[in-house]
Amino acid sequence: MSPIYAKRRRRNSMFLGLSVVATLFGLGWLAVILGTLLYEGFTGIDLAIFTASTPPPGLDGGLLNAIVGSLIMTSLAVLAGTPIGILVGTYLAEYGRYTRLAFVVRLVNDILLSAPSIVLGLFIYELVVVNMGHFSGWAGAAALTVIVIPVVVRTTENMLILIPNTLREAAAALGAPRAHVIRKVTWRAARTGMITGVLLAVARISGETAPLLFTSLNNQFWSADLNAPMASLPVAIFQMALSPYADWQRLAWAGALLITMAVLFLSVVARLLGSSSQSERD
Amino acid sequence: MADIVSSAHSTPTFATARTRRAHRADHIFHGLTRICAVFVLLMFASIVLSLVIGAWPAFEAFGFAFLWTEVWNPVRDLFGAAAPIYGTLVTSAIAMIIAVPVGIGIAIFLTELCPRVLRRTIGIVVELLAGIPSIIYGIWGLFVLAPILQQTVQPALVGIFEGIPFFESLFAGPPYGIGMFTAGLILAIMTLPFITAITRDVFETVPSVLKEAAYGMGATTWEVVWNVVLPYARGGVVGGIMLALGRALGETMAVTFVIGNAHRISVSLFAPGTTISAAIANEFTEAIGELYVAALIELGLILFFVTFLVLAAAQYMLYRLEARTGERA
Repeated sequence: MSPIYAKRRRRNSMFLGLSVVATLFGLGWLAVILGTLLYEGFTGIDLAIFTASTPPPGLDGGLLNAIVGSLIMTSLAVLAGTPIGILVGTYLAEYGRYTRLAFVVRLVNDILLSAPSIVLGLFIYELVVVNMGHFSGWAGAAALTVIVIPVVVRTTENMLILIPNTLREAAAALGAPRAHVIRKVTWRAARTGMITGVLLAVARISGETAPLLFTSLNNQFWSADLNAPMASLPVAIFQMALSPYADWQRLAWAGALLITMAVLFLSVVARLLGSSSQSERD
Repeated sequence: MADIVSSAHSTPTFATARTRRAHRADHIFHGLTRICAVFVLLMFASIVLSLVIGAWPAFEAFGFAFLWTEVWNPVRDLFGAAAPIYGTLVTSAIAMIIAVPVGIGIAIFLTELCPRVLRRTIGIVVELLAGIPSIIYGIWGLFVLAPILQQTVQPALVGIFEGIPFFESLFAGPPYGIGMFTAGLILAIMTLPFITAITRDVFETVPSVLKEAAYGMGATTWEVVWNVVLPYARGGVVGGIMLALGRALGETMAVTFVIGNAHRISVSLFAPGTTISAAIANEFTEAIGELYVAALIELGLILFFVTFLVLAAAQYMLYRLEARTGERA
C-alpha cells in the first residue's frame, strides 16, 4: 500500500469519525434536555395542574388559568390568521405566481417567517396596547396572528404548487371559471397539506413567549375576559421559573412538559398527515 | 380591431347570465387574494413604521451615538445600545462557532454514513427537536446547564487558559454560571437541529451521479464530501447558516434566562451581559417614562434591521439554489 493511499485512508477515517462524534455530541445534548424535561415535568405534574389556578407561593395550585388563556389566544390567532394566510398562499401559487407583486410578497413573507418574535410583540404593543391603553388578551391574540399568517402562507403556497397543472387544465376545459377551479379542485387536492400547515402554525405559536410578554402580560387569576390581561402557559412558565419559590419552579417544569408534549403531538400529526397525502399522490 | 377582440372577450355573444355571474365571482375572488397579498406587505411596512415612531424620542435625544454608547441609566434617562448589541453579536458568534461544525458533521453522518433505517429515524427526531419552543431550552439552561458550568466547566476553563494571552482574559473572572458563555452555549444547542435539518436537505440535492463519478475514480468518502458535496451545496449551506444566525440574533427566551441582564461590555465571556432581545424582554413592562420605552423600542428596531439584512441575504442564497436545482431537474 503506497504511503499516499494510507494517508488518504487515515484522513478519511479521521474525518468520518469526527462526524460520528458530532452526531453523538449533538444528539446527546438534546437527549439530556428531553430527559430532564420528562423527569422534572412528571414529578411536577398532578391533577391540580388542570383544575386550579396560579397559587400564591407556598400554597397548592395549578396552571388552569394559563392553559385556558393559551387555548383562547391560540384559537383566536388561528381563526384570524388561517383564512388570510390561505388566500395569500393562493394568490402566490395561482393568480400571481410569476408576477412582481408575488415575488416581493414571497420575500417579505419569508422574512416575517423568521423575524424575531419579540419585535412583532413590540409592533402589537405600539398598535394595540398603546391605543387601548392597557394590556389585553386581544393584543396577545393579535401578536400570535402576526406569527400565524406567514407560516400558513408558506405551507399553502408549497402545497398548491405541488398540484399538477393537468388537474387545473382539465377543470378549466370543462368550462369552470378560475375561482371555481381553485376552490373546488386545487384546494381540495391540497387539503391535507394545508391542514398540515395550520397544525404547524399552532405548534409554532403554542410555545411563543416573547410576543406575549407585553401584549397579554400575565394574570394570576382565572379570567376569560379578552379585554383584561390574560395568562398564558409560556409567560407563566417564564415568571415561575425565575421566581425563587420551589413550588412555582415545579409548576414551571410541569408547564414546560405540557407545552413540549402539545408541540410534539401536533408536529407528529402534521407529519403523518403530510406523508399520507404524499402516498396518495404517488 | 383590438376593440372588437376585447369586447368579444368580455361579453361573448353566447354569454348567459350564469357565465357572467361566474366571471364576476372570479374577479371578486382574484381581487380578494390580491388584497390579502398586499396586506402582508402592509403588515411589514407598519411593523417598520410603528417601530420608527416608537423609537423616535430616543433617536431625537441620542442620535446615532446611541449605537456606540455603553451607558444604560434609567434613573438619569441616559441610554446607549452598545452593551446589548455587543452581547447579541458575541452570543450569536459563540453559538455559530459551536453549532455550525457540529450541525454539518451530523448532516454528513446522516447523508453519507448512516444506515438507511437509522437515517429516517434520526432525521425525524432532529426535525421534531427543531420545533421545540425556545423557552424549554431557556428553563433547562437556567436549572441544569448553569449550575454545571459554574461548578465544573468554567473553573476548569479558567485553569486551562491561565497564562495564555488573549484567551486568558476571555475565560476569566468568577464563574457565575450565567453570562454570555452560557447564553451562547444554549443558543448553539437550540440552533443545532435547525442547521442540521437544512444542511441535510441541501446535501440531498447533490446529484448522486456526481458522487458516483468521484467514487468511481477511487475517492474516499471524505474526499467525496469535501470535494464534491460541500462545493456543490455551498450556497445552500451558507443560506441555512444565515437563517440560523438570524434566529440566534433574535432569540429571546433561551437567552433571557441565562444572560444575567447586565448592561456592561466585559471582555470575559463568563461575565453577565445582555442582548437586545433579553433587554427588551426583561425591562419593557417595567420601563417608566417615555424615553426609557423609546430606547427599548429603538433596540427592537436595530434588531429588526440587522435580522432583516441577514435573513434577506439567506433567502437570496436559498432562492438561487432553488433556481439552480430547478434548472437541472
